Amino acid sequence: MTRTSDIIEMKVPAKPEYVGVVRLTVSGVANRLGYTYDDIEDIKIAVAEACTNVVNHAYEADQEDNDMHLNFGVYEDRLELIVADRGGAIDVEKLKNERGPVNSGQAIEELKEGGLGLFLIETLMDKVEIRGDSGVMIIMTKFLQRDGVDKSDHGVSEEIPKQ
Amino acid sequence: MNLDIQVTEGEHGNVAYLSGEVDVYTATKLKETLNPIAEQKNSDLVVDLSEVNYIDSTGLGIFIGVLKATEKSGSTLKLTGLNDRVKRLFEITGLNEVIDIEVDGRKEAK
Repeated sequence: MTRTSDIIEMKVPAKPEYVGVVRLTVSGVANRLGYTYDDIEDIKIAVAEACTNVVNHAYEADQEDNDMHLNFGVYEDRLELIVADRGGAIDVEKLKNERGPVNSGQAIEELKEGGLGLFLIETLMDKVEIRGDSGVMIIMTKFLQRDGVDKSDHGVSEEIPKQ
Repeated sequence: MNLDIQVTEGEHGNVAYLSGEVDVYTATKLKETLNPIAEQKNSDLVVDLSEVNYIDSTGLGIFIGVLKATEKSGSTLKLTGLNDRVKRLFEITGLNEVIDIEVDGRKEAK
């Protein structure tokens, strides 16, 4: 059922002005697949957060290969969105430890301005995988909700009959 | 993909009207406009987000920074006019617990 897929690839400079371009592109792709307005907005934020990470953290100012690599896998029941950079290996665990929502018990002067991006990606998407071998690679999946299909059913292949 | 910022000085403080998208591209402009206002002693800053249709963690981070600046200068920060999408993001991240957000009177909490 989900064998065939279309792949859309983009490579854009890791600059702030291109994050909006990527957001518009993914919005168009998600819209074509029939996602709801709220899901499209969630997808836009998640992809923009991943791109923002690349813009802010991946490359040194004078580095030559400083692109963000985007790969949108379009499946019948889901979108698989990959945002990657070539900024060098990173410690994924360290990255994960820094994420989280704001703790209201914290003193205001101790609140951090960062760390919300990865938290938002994981909250807004259905499945998220992070790799750090040659740079940060964030693989995000958003399932297409159809009438009468429960979200929890999507984890397993629908072709395999239950024993 | 732009952000327009208009600031009006009133009797009770400053009101900043934002219109457009707050992301990593427009964030610098927002930060450079709001931070100096927040650093003024004992003044109130209201940020009107009625015309903001997109915000992400970069924008949220700026409001955390502005909140810190107002705390230091003895001023206050209040956000108004958030649409449901924008409000949801403040709720997911827990920022609605630390930033004063004026809820539209017409929309009662469910």
